[in-house]
Amino acid sequence: MIPACRLVDLSRGEAHRLDIDPPVSVFHTDDGELFAIDDTCTHQDASLADGWLEGCEVECPLHASKFNLKTGAVDAPPAKLPVRTHEVFVEDGMIYVRLSTAAPNLPPCIAARLAGGVA
Amino acid sequence: MVGASLAGLSAARSLRKQGYDGRLVVIGDELHRPYDRPPLSKEFLAGGIGEADLALEPDDEDLQAEWLLGARAAGLDTTPRAVRLTDGREVRADGIVIATGASARTLPGMDGLSGVHTLRTLDDARALRDELARGGRLVVIGGGFIGAEVASTACALGLDVTIVEAAPTPLAGPLGATMGSIVSALHADHGVRLLCGVGVKGLSGETRVDAVLMEDGRSLPADIVVVGVGARPCVDWLAGSGVDIDDGVTCGADGRTSLAGVVAVGDCASWYDPRAGTHRRVEHWTGARERPDAAVAALLSWGESEPGVPRPPYFWSDQYGVKIQFAGYASRADSVTIEEGAAGDRNVLAVYRRAGHPVAVLGMNQPRLFMRWRKQLAANTS
Repeated sequence: MIPACRLVDLSRGEAHRLDIDPPVSVFHTDDGELFAIDDTCTHQDASLADGWLEGCEVECPLHASKFNLKTGAVDAPPAKLPVRTHEVFVEDGMIYVRLSTAAPNLPPCIAARLAGGVA
Repeated sequence: MVGASLAGLSAARSLRKQGYDGRLVVIGDELHRPYDRPPLSKEFLAGGIGEADLALEPDDEDLQAEWLLGARAAGLDTTPRAVRLTDGREVRADGIVIATGASARTLPGMDGLSGVHTLRTLDDARALRDELARGGRLVVIGGGFIGAEVASTACALGLDVTIVEAAPTPLAGPLGATMGSIVSALHADHGVRLLCGVGVKGLSGETRVDAVLMEDGRSLPADIVVVGVGARPCVDWLAGSGVDIDDGVTCGADGRTSLAGVVAVGDCASWYDPRAGTHRRVEHWTGARERPDAAVAALLSWGESEPGVPRPPYFWSDQYGVKIQFAGYASRADSVTIEEGAAGDRNVLAVYRRAGHPVAVLGMNQPRLFMRWRKQLAANTS
């Protein structure tokens, strides 16, 4: 498990990005729930932590794909593949993330870069 | 559903999501299943992604719809309510969603001259991509977003690129003159020539284009020409149907047309904009994605639903690796200020204001800050 940040430092409506590879973001919804998903949109390289958080959904800041924070499912295109969800818990005021062991759905440009191809 | 692109697909999804479980027929004049158009001038044209990446439907999606692809609507009848197709077929319906989009404007004299392209459809993009791969001199007519994106892609592919724009400043309509000129300066940064304030007189060439002739007498040698001079709504097929047409299908703030049981969405629809107090045809991807929700609610409730306040219009463009984002209405502003970054660095967050209140925001490579302003804009104006 990975420590993310202190709960008091993450206001409702905000997100905190963990700079791991691939990056993961913790979202604190307006209802006070915490969720962690892969930070990179599965459509193109964009940080979902910079997106529009509304209810239990985050909208990609670039092309408006929407992801369900609970399930990682795509709620609106152009993305077609879900993001991974990760387990979140709070202990002594600290937010921790337990990373999923599933393979991430990275956008074509990043997948190509990781494979050593041209982005 | 007349139209099988983003607006038509979004309307079909909205219908199912809002509980409609009856028969659903989607009519599309292209042979392709719904695909995403924005990459056609960018990653797809550059060869970075393929046709499978453009598909808008995930493999496991099933809307229980009947798809009539390669079928073109010829007319709309009201008693009984039906869509007539050019092949003589007729599709009867209790409700009709018009989502026929827009088609690229052309220039007189370009028909029959090879090497001259417009860019709207997947077939257009395939043809242009194949020509760009051969290299040469490209002249882009029109300095708007399509023209600018094609120029950016072609420049990266190594072509010699010139853009001609009839107006003194490109993008002055959507971005205002100040920011239009800052965004358009990207061309010169990358060695793309930009000629403004002079119109095109015609094209020269026997069977294949060899030059673009300018009104000031200049002749620009060209191996390939792309005409990016805007789009016109595909509404000719509605003539005589009783659906009110002006610039596109005239709609209320929820997409309802002048005919009961008929709504219109996407690029062909001119919705009433309560903020602007006028009808406005919005050609943005996000409008085609979001508005069908409201139109379908109106259709299913026979107009009894209360339309929500839409978010300020948002669009993006990618040029020369710079992410350009815009939300709101530039035309309403009386001032524009750069709040962050510097124009010279092509890294800018600019806020448009009217009487001191933000009415629009532009970002160049500022996605995080842009989102903060975009949300604020939505909160201020709702």
